[in-house]
Amino acid sequence: MRILRFLVLFAILGAAAGWYLTAPQPLAASDIPEREGDAEHGELIFWAAGCASCHAAEDAEGEDRLVLSGGRAFPSDFGTFYAPNISMDAGHGIGDWSEAEFLSAVMRGVSPEGQHYYPAFPYGTYARAGMADLQDLWTFMQTLPANATPSRDHDVGFPFSIRRALGGWKMLFTSDDWVMQGDDLSAEVMRGRYLVESLGHCGECHTPRNVLGGLDYANWLAGAPNPSGEGRIPNITPGALTWSASDIANYLRDGFTPEFDSAGGEMVEVIQNMAHLPDADRAAIAAYLRALPPLE
Amino acid sequence: MRSIHKAILAGVMLSVPLAASVQGAGHGDNPYAGHIAARQGLMQVQSFNIAILGGMARGNVDYDAAAAQTAADNLVAASGIDGRGFWPEGSDNAALGDATRALPAIWENMGGFGEAWMAYGAAVTGVADVAGDGLEALQGAIGPLGGACGSCHRNFRQSSE
Repeated sequence: MRILRFLVLFAILGAAAGWYLTAPQPLAASDIPEREGDAEHGELIFWAAGCASCHAAEDAEGEDRLVLSGGRAFPSDFGTFYAPNISMDAGHGIGDWSEAEFLSAVMRGVSPEGQHYYPAFPYGTYARAGMADLQDLWTFMQTLPANATPSRDHDVGFPFSIRRALGGWKMLFTSDDWVMQGDDLSAEVMRGRYLVESLGHCGECHTPRNVLGGLDYANWLAGAPNPSGEGRIPNITPGALTWSASDIANYLRDGFTPEFDSAGGEMVEVIQNMAHLPDADRAAIAAYLRALPPLE
Repeated sequence: MRSIHKAILAGVMLSVPLAASVQGAGHGDNPYAGHIAARQGLMQVQSFNIAILGGMARGNVDYDAAAAQTAADNLVAASGIDGRGFWPEGSDNAALGDATRALPAIWENMGGFGEAWMAYGAAVTGVADVAGDGLEALQGAIGPLGGACGSCHRNFRQSSE
């Protein structure tokens, strides 16, 4: 029954949005400033954006987290997605991509072949990133090793297998606007907003989704069912997360809760990423989370 | 120092059968209540000592070299307890529900579980090597310790929500 509802909605959506409107829109050359990328800064962006959490092999530790051979499975209501190889291998990875192709993939969710990516790849939030930061990221990623593991096809059934319809999904559910609005945000909260809402893509797991997989912004970061089927991803608004800002910042560095239990689940890898950031960035994330409206 | 070790070890050892009998009495439908109490108790002993170290590392309490060394030595002692008997087949959360957060993955990958425990042992030894050498040295060792806890919990413990 639920599937049927999906089908009907999806068909209506596809028809209404139309062929023209669903066309992939890569960045134009004129959108991209010419500049020399900074690999060292790009490494910070790499950790802030959590690239390794999906694209490194399952159970990769230490330096192996820089081998972006892909292969991890991400089950969802729409099928199982497999993270592709984004190592510097020219045949199986993205070693032969241009900077413009990389930026179009990350910010627009469009492949070099001009197809939409599935939003398991969080381009909807990376679209809020600064282009210079992503140019630095690309410069850094080009220093990473090549790996010849072939990417695995996603296991997604009809009608979700029609990638063109994702153009409608993007129109409906992605936005460049910040979720937290306000003219009087402190510089620290704004930095935290950038890290949480854009690079860190925290909302991808901590915010619930509607039947079509679009984020429910009214319940921003208020917790969601775990897409793997087991348990829930916690509410991290002050309505449920009562830790102090310094508790949050410390947790993101050493992985211990204020009671000195340890992180578990997916957060373990998130913390491995966050531990690479400067203290000020973890403090900014904490300040942002404390500034959220408390939701139950 | 050694006498403290002995006291802690004895306390842990004694508490195991005690906990087993207490828990076992009230949980007729869970044959592994005692085992679960034992492993959770062992985790709590560790968490308590990590809290002493972490509190100092985070600046919540003043650094005290002797107290830090004692807590770190306790962790090493606790990591040396042979707990293989605490993990009988069938004492996972798929079989027992809310009684435990131990995932069936432990028994599907006992080798990996053992390796994770050894890695934890290496991490606490790393902490004990430097815990008395000043705050900065201690702070440097807490991150790897958290990493060791997390990498085992990630694969083998159900998330709390």
